[in-house]
Amino acid sequence: MTRTRGLALLVLAALCALSAGCGRDVEGKPEEIATGPQTPAYGDTFVEASIGDIAGLIPNITTDGASHEVGNMLYDGLVRADKDLNYVPQMAESWKFSDDCLQLTFKLRRDVRWQDGRPFTADDVMFTYQTMVNPKTPTAYKEDFLAVKQAEVLDPYTFRVTYGQPLAKAVQSWGTWMLPKHLLENYVADGKLRDSPQNSRPVGTGSYKFQEWRSGEKVVLVSNPDYYAGRPYLSRVVYRIIPSQGTIFLELKARGVDLASLTAIQYARQTEYPAFRKAFRKYRYPSSAYTYFGFNLKDPRFADRRVRQAFAHAINKQELMDGVVMGYAREATGPLRPGTWAYTNKVARYEYSPEKAKALLAEAGWKDRDGDGILDDKDGKPFTFTIRTNQGNEERKKLAEIIQQRLKEIGVNAEIQVIEWASFIKEFIKKKRFETIVLGWGVGTDPDQYGVWHSSQTGADQLNHISYQNPAIDQLLEQGRASCRRDDRIKYYHRFQEVLAEDLPVLFLYFRDALPVVSSRVRGIEPAPAGIFYNFQEWFVPKELQRYTSG
Amino acid sequence: MLLFALRRLLLSIPLLIGITFISFLVIHLAPGEPVLGGDEELSRQLPKEVVEKIRELYGLDKPLHVQYWNWLTRIVRLDFGNSFQPDGRPVLTKIKERLPVTLFLNVIELLIIVALAVPVGVLSAVRQYSLFDKITTLFVFVGFATPDFWLALLLMILFGVQLGWLPISGLRSLNWEYLSFWQQQWDLVAHLFLPITVATFGGLAGFSRYMRQSMLEVVRQDYVQTARAKGLSEQAVIGKHALRNALLPVVTILGLSVPGLIGGSVIIESIFAIPGMGQLMVQGVFARDYPLIMGNLVIVATLTLFANLFADICYGLVDPRIRLGGRRRRR
Repeated sequence: MTRTRGLALLVLAALCALSAGCGRDVEGKPEEIATGPQTPAYGDTFVEASIGDIAGLIPNITTDGASHEVGNMLYDGLVRADKDLNYVPQMAESWKFSDDCLQLTFKLRRDVRWQDGRPFTADDVMFTYQTMVNPKTPTAYKEDFLAVKQAEVLDPYTFRVTYGQPLAKAVQSWGTWMLPKHLLENYVADGKLRDSPQNSRPVGTGSYKFQEWRSGEKVVLVSNPDYYAGRPYLSRVVYRIIPSQGTIFLELKARGVDLASLTAIQYARQTEYPAFRKAFRKYRYPSSAYTYFGFNLKDPRFADRRVRQAFAHAINKQELMDGVVMGYAREATGPLRPGTWAYTNKVARYEYSPEKAKALLAEAGWKDRDGDGILDDKDGKPFTFTIRTNQGNEERKKLAEIIQQRLKEIGVNAEIQVIEWASFIKEFIKKKRFETIVLGWGVGTDPDQYGVWHSSQTGADQLNHISYQNPAIDQLLEQGRASCRRDDRIKYYHRFQEVLAEDLPVLFLYFRDALPVVSSRVRGIEPAPAGIFYNFQEWFVPKELQRYTSG
Repeated sequence: MLLFALRRLLLSIPLLIGITFISFLVIHLAPGEPVLGGDEELSRQLPKEVVEKIRELYGLDKPLHVQYWNWLTRIVRLDFGNSFQPDGRPVLTKIKERLPVTLFLNVIELLIIVALAVPVGVLSAVRQYSLFDKITTLFVFVGFATPDFWLALLLMILFGVQLGWLPISGLRSLNWEYLSFWQQQWDLVAHLFLPITVATFGGLAGFSRYMRQSMLEVVRQDYVQTARAKGLSEQAVIGKHALRNALLPVVTILGLSVPGLIGGSVIIESIFAIPGMGQLMVQGVFARDYPLIMGNLVIVATLTLFANLFADICYGLVDPRIRLGGRRRRR
């Protein structure tokens, strides 16, 4: 939903300059923004704009954001993240670890029913586990379940798993979407989960029920009156699929959609007029993905830490954030999201200083030997390389351009190459045929990032494609994921961030802010570190402001 | 004529196979595989064993020529296969969902274009350098030079946001199910008005130019002189003798635009959020959804061949020289 469509944006900006009419076009009866609390009411339809269509209705076997968003409404897990990104019970009543952190026992709620009326029991949890580990299930979320040594149904409402070694993400992993055994058993056994009716008419335990999916047009959900945690207030939720960011923005202005994520320019410049402020409320919080400038550490030039540190001094993160996302971002000091429990900012920082950068490069043996303004190594070979990034992300392209400019100032020559996503991953990332890249990582709620940084994960299809190998980091990652006690884990992850900041395997740039706007007739939204969507069931529209009455 | 049509029909079979073969090769030459998925942040990936399983399931582990042969043997039984995307639905179902919208949109568009372009082209040719000709020329060049998406956004801002007369995007209103039959039709017309206007504007420009050019050539021919010399009314000269000949090249162009009717326009569909064939195809390409891409290509290629055939037959109808049959066929 947040993919930047640079072209459309540019056009919009140009249009606004031309027509000078962007400031007075949300019309209709003004909606009073009440100051005091208002009585929650059931009803109304909430229309959300989504830039991409969903890929399917069983989120366990999809990887796109839209499918997961819809999936979260239809399906529940045993646990969920609360507003501060801590895990709290959802369909579980409680859970308990054994003293050695190896055994995890869930007590389930007894009042949960599938949307077709069948009770939800530990058998369904067992079935979901078996589905996830079944080699015929095409899911990308197997890893945590493969770590389970033994799973047992103790009674219909008690479920126990035993791990071979402690797994810190154990609790989090059971937040996965639970699947109905009675509807899917045969399909999973045959490896035909995709072809099951569940993929077109899903039955979950979630707060919303599926009504309709018109491919490329919309997905419609209705509230589940029998939801165990209470019926949600908004009766209908419609995801309108609008593939152009520019069109979403116009629909927003005409109030055809109630929620959309804005780009930085739209947020800062094109929505600051009174009518818009009256019709919508803007929210801002750090997203769960950071952008980085990565080195191929197999390249001897970048294997030298001083060169990486020099680059860190050569670029100005504030300038990048201001120039690319108009400052709507938080500086990344490491790979963990600011404001979460494992995060620390007490790590090495690299201020913008071309002098320091040049000094570090000189120390590493880079000098301009032929007077052409480009540094050369001791054999006279100039410091020239390519920055690669993927097509379709204007932000990354701009980053590459600014970085290129800054590197030039310290005598380093960078070319830029932008490549279509699938080719970029297959031909350059997986084959490690790159020198430097501009790319992003999504971070989960758990600080464990074993796959990205551990030296055992540098194989062709693995995630540590920069080939980072550091025994200290390896040890911290292993310790961090092997403990279920938060105090210990905080220690390990603070140290982990300190070492990474010192060693700089990549330049951590920033966490971009999520910039959603929501129609002001919707109440009950309380921004928190987790964003705004964690309490969607509590959102409501006061009776007198409801717009859609039918259905 | 019948024999000619039949021969062309038979000839198009190897042609079609050739087209599919080359397309198949080209698609598989593009790096990336369907199992890779399109996760922008790359944070989740399928484990290796799963990837192998899926490749096996889809037959992607076999050599390319075997894959092609398998695909071909299925396609002759009209089995287009299932999509590689996670919804796993049959390709034909997916195409059937999208085709009516695109077809409807484009047929209307083409009809409007022809209905406007022919008279405009003829008039500006007959009255060459007149004020009318100058104005249409200006209009035409503006039409040529205006990017679709830009015009679309301008119109959306004017009619959708500022005036609020027309819906901005989509195909139906959210309360479509609750409208009466006639309200539904009106709703559809309102939603399609802007996309059709934008698409027509661009197409009209080119088409009326072709018409004018063709007409200009024809009115200088001897037989037009002859027609005038024998005292026919100007109306009969232009309308009957000149126009029929001037339409010839236009028919070719019409025939060539038929595949476009099915393919749809990605830009128009994206901007107006219309779930049509163009979007389906683009989505398929990004996901490396081979069965969907190939299914789409086969349909478009078949239609192109048929359209060409049809255009040739239409020549016969408008051009007596061809109708006379095989002896003096102009080929």
